[in-house]
Amino acid sequence: MPKRLINLTVNGEAYEVAVEPWWSLLYTVREELGLTGSKEGCGTGDCGACSMLVDGRLVTSCIMLAVEADGCQVTTIEGLATDGNLHPVQQAFVEKGAVQCGYCIPGMVMAAYDLLRRNPNPTLEEVRLGLAGNLCRCTGYAKIYEAVLAAAERMRGD
Amino acid sequence: MRPFAHFSPKSLDEALDTFRREGEGGRPIAGGTDLVVQLKEGGHKFPYPRYLVSLRRLPELKVLEWREGEGLRLGAGLTMSEVVESALVRERYPALVDGAGIVGSLQTMNMATIGGNACNAAPSADTAPPLLALEARARVVGPEGERVLPVEQFWLGPGRTVLRPGELLVEFLLPPPAPRSAAVYRRHTPRKQMDIAVVGVAVAVELDGDGRTLKRARIALGAVAPTPIRARRAEAALEGQAPTPEAIARAAALAREEATPISDVRGSAAFRRHLVEVVTERLLHEAIERARRG
Ligand SMILES: Cc1cc2nc3c(=O)[nH]c(=O)nc-3n(C[C@H](O)[C@H](O)[C@H](O)COP(=O)(O)OP(=O)(O)OC[C@H]3O[C@@H](n4cnc5c(N)ncnc54)[C@H](O)[C@@H]3O)c2cc1C
Ligand code: FES
Ligand code: FES
Repeated sequence: MPKRLINLTVNGEAYEVAVEPWWSLLYTVREELGLTGSKEGCGTGDCGACSMLVDGRLVTSCIMLAVEADGCQVTTIEGLATDGNLHPVQQAFVEKGAVQCGYCIPGMVMAAYDLLRRNPNPTLEEVRLGLAGNLCRCTGYAKIYEAVLAAAERMRGD
Repeated sequence: MRPFAHFSPKSLDEALDTFRREGEGGRPIAGGTDLVVQLKEGGHKFPYPRYLVSLRRLPELKVLEWREGEGLRLGAGLTMSEVVESALVRERYPALVDGAGIVGSLQTMNMATIGGNACNAAPSADTAPPLLALEARARVVGPEGERVLPVEQFWLGPGRTVLRPGELLVEFLLPPPAPRSAAVYRRHTPRKQMDIAVVGVAVAVELDGDGRTLKRARIALGAVAPTPIRARRAEAALEGQAPTPEAIARAAALAREEATPISDVRGSAAFRRHLVEVVTERLLHEAIERARRG
């Protein structure tokens, strides 16, 4: 069977991609579009390393078929910086030293970005719940939470 | 994942036609949060599908509609997030929010559908006990037409439902909540999120006009039997009774007897039975208190 042509808008750019029906969105974005920021940790929806926004919803793209995202707007970690400037969430991760090996960080940043859009002034507990779907195997949670709270403060401008 | 074909119909009729046309070996895919993981594992729970039919774009499965006197129509294709965010559901069926709001992570809830949760038929499915306690009915449509059945009859065993090949769960129908009634769902897990219920309990109660007797009690248990179940003896022991601490304790002890759990990594059978009693007792107190406040 021939591959299927799907349309994806990724970080504002329109793509037409030929995919096999069993390819995940993560595989397609990494291998076909060359956007390798999103990571595969578990491949089963448990770790959050592959988190992206699809039509404004945070999903684990390792268990979403690319054909299921046909026609959708996708935002990946590559889409957060503007004009070469890091997004405040990314900047806060750098400043707080929230990154160890870095593998979980694209997913953490996407989850934090999504959380702060919905809740600009989260409590520590809300940050913990907001990131509950993201595992850090280096276990650097404390600094990650600090970074998210700092980013929230900066984005609110207080 | 091994190869399969994939179709994206745009209406319920088109989806049913696709199953009819393509024949054996088809499987619906909703949010994919159970199915894709199972396919990656090689599809041991069922024969590996030859083709998938996506339910994502069927408007019939996205219905969320309240009708005075009739209750709520809740489309099987609504995601957990859509259920949780609905003001209608939050206000009238908070027990459903208790269940839908703890399915995995936010990422999971943004993908997982309430219909997929039922169709995957895990005994631990978090929306099953609230649907049972709220006495939801399931509307199913297939090649031979449509049928509506109480959700209690929907599950046959772990991973098994009454759905025949080519049949789709379209929506749940929930009766309107009675005055002086309340319902709650809670599961016991070591983690708040990203965990599977060791036991789940949903309780729905209705008090009579003066609030002194229990007109109705519904108790549903998850993760303690091959399917989600109603604890009917416990319910019967409460109905028509004054909601005293003694009556509640007796009912909770009966619920414990009705549970037939297994031992696994999440807990022993004895621990699960103990939890059923403790959680049921607490939830009955809580639901009765809420029903009194109205
Ligand atoms: C990380 C993670 C955490 C999870 N945590 C929880 C949890 O805490 N609690 C919990 O209960 N579950 C949990 N789950 C399981 C899963 O997310 C839920 O069962 C979910 O509701 C399944 O819905 P879905 O739309 O993704 O179903 P799918 O995976 O698309 O489908 C599941 C099954 O149902 C069939 N199906 C789906 N919709 C229909 C329909 N309308 N008609 C007929 N057949 C249909 C499919 O063919 C398939 O066999 C978790 C899953 C993951 C990956
Ligand atoms: S790689 Fe997708 S959740 Fe782990
Ligand atoms: S920084 Fe290493 S996994 Fe999180």
